[in-house]
Amino acid sequence: MAGRETPALADAAVEAGADVIEIGFPFSDPLADGPVIRRAGERALAEGMRTDACLACVADIRTRVDVPLIPMTYSSLFEARGWERLAREMHDAGATSTIVADLPAGDRPQLRRVQLVAPTTADERLRLAGENTDGWLYLVTVTGTTGARRGLSPLLEPLVRRARQATRVPLYAGFGISSPEDARAAAELADGVVVGTAAVAAAEAGHNELTELVRSLRRAL
Amino acid sequence: MNRWYGEYGGRFVPETLIPALEELEAGWQAAQEDPLFRTELDELGRSYGGRPTPLTLCERFAPGKRLWLKREDLLHTGAHKLNNALGQAVLARRLGKRRIVAETGAGQHGVATATVCARFGFECHVYMGIDDMKRQRPNVERMYLLGAEVIPVDFGTRTLKEATSEAIRDWIANVEDTHYLIGSAVGPAPYPAIVRELQAVIGREARGQFLEAEDRLPEAVVACVGGGSNAIGMFAGFLDDEGVRLVGVEAEGAASLSSGRPTVLHGSRSAVLADADGQVEDAHSISAGLDYPGVGPEHAALRDAGRVDYLTADDGEALDACRRLARLEGILPALEPAHALARAATIDDELVLVCLSGRGDKDLDQVTAR
Repeated sequence: MAGRETPALADAAVEAGADVIEIGFPFSDPLADGPVIRRAGERALAEGMRTDACLACVADIRTRVDVPLIPMTYSSLFEARGWERLAREMHDAGATSTIVADLPAGDRPQLRRVQLVAPTTADERLRLAGENTDGWLYLVTVTGTTGARRGLSPLLEPLVRRARQATRVPLYAGFGISSPEDARAAAELADGVVVGTAAVAAAEAGHNELTELVRSLRRAL
Repeated sequence: MNRWYGEYGGRFVPETLIPALEELEAGWQAAQEDPLFRTELDELGRSYGGRPTPLTLCERFAPGKRLWLKREDLLHTGAHKLNNALGQAVLARRLGKRRIVAETGAGQHGVATATVCARFGFECHVYMGIDDMKRQRPNVERMYLLGAEVIPVDFGTRTLKEATSEAIRDWIANVEDTHYLIGSAVGPAPYPAIVRELQAVIGREARGQFLEAEDRLPEAVVACVGGGSNAIGMFAGFLDDEGVRLVGVEAEGAASLSSGRPTVLHGSRSAVLADADGQVEDAHSISAGLDYPGVGPEHAALRDAGRVDYLTADDGEALDACRRLARLEGILPALEPAHALARAATIDDELVLVCLSGRGDKDLDQVTAR
């Protein structure tokens, strides 16, 4: 989640082995998010992390690290700013792509973004998402919101199998992956692993905790 | 099926929900084409709901006017919400769902949902902000008695906005066996269209009854607007009657149409109380049912088209209208339609039809406290 501490935390995560950084731009009503990320968003907003501050945060991180940076947010921020304008400002700040959690595949294809697909997504929409996605496809491993789960979702394996049939882009698995064991199991199926909630929770605890989490994930892969 | 009302509407949801929305859309279209669906719903409305609800002439409330009330307060469970809950319950059964989730603000939609779940044998989970649970205590007790689980929402605004978000999150997690029984003409397509059609019975009935009583159409039709389901249902009967003025009344502190901006909340693009960055702001109203920063997308389109005038009434005006209707007509309205009554009394039109969307028993604490 974008915040005052985030540039230093991103630096620490990359140092510890993160290949891509996803940065939440907080929204007041985040439908796709479970309690941990929702609360992080509430705190960020209370701290004044509005769109300008979030863009400055991305720009700061860009001066520190070379890995892809992906802001993740909701349609309302784009509506308020203008869709093209916010996409351009993200790009100018150093973002590599973006994720809009409440904008399904096929809507606004002109906005280059990483597309999410879920276990409920039909093959036809997997193809559509694969065609439209920007670089890689984000596989939501569970039917549900963001947040840690016990063990890797059994829904990931069939989703990966169907997604491989539908598209050739790399597949990164996320939602519900929190431990090194989950990450290792997910990485045996997918091409990458996204850890959101566990990273947000670790970052809240401090730099050392985040570094330790990322290191342990890196070692497991 | 059209998912847009001009530039408003759409379906802004996580990808996980798209198959459920498509299933709902197909199921709704099939139901619409099935005469048995209409027949069953009409029969339930009549024998279970108490339709048709009467029109009542109020001669003392607004001297100098002929003011008629469409008495949705006399519908089973005490508000228009049952029209929608019954229809969606029949639809959910057709779709093979066994579990229902819903949000509620004033508790009237929660009660209507708990009621139809009891009748149809569905498992029922209702999300409600804890602030609303306090101010609408009688409805919480009713939901418990009807066998529903009421899940308190204890973060953010602690009102309808957050309850809606939590109901949608529940739906995302349980989408295979769960129907989300949304309570207003809001949310992602096809919900605004479904709720409008299920509430349109209000306007269809009222138009026929009014013609019978007055031998002409009303000059103005007035309804309160939170999410806007009773209003869109009432207006649906009169939209084609160009000479009939349509008036929607929002709570002054929750006036999405008067002071909001276009953005996305709860799955659709509409007029929303939001700041320049798209962050949704808190609404403030004494009436829990109007205390919502968004509004149904069709209302935003009707406003832009100039077909409906959207006005506001404040807490004090609503309380005053509520007490006056009780004292002068022997009818205790809910605080939501009291906003419509307050404006109906002050507009220039003389032959007026107001949607009395619910009864006021739930609001006794609020009305007697001040």
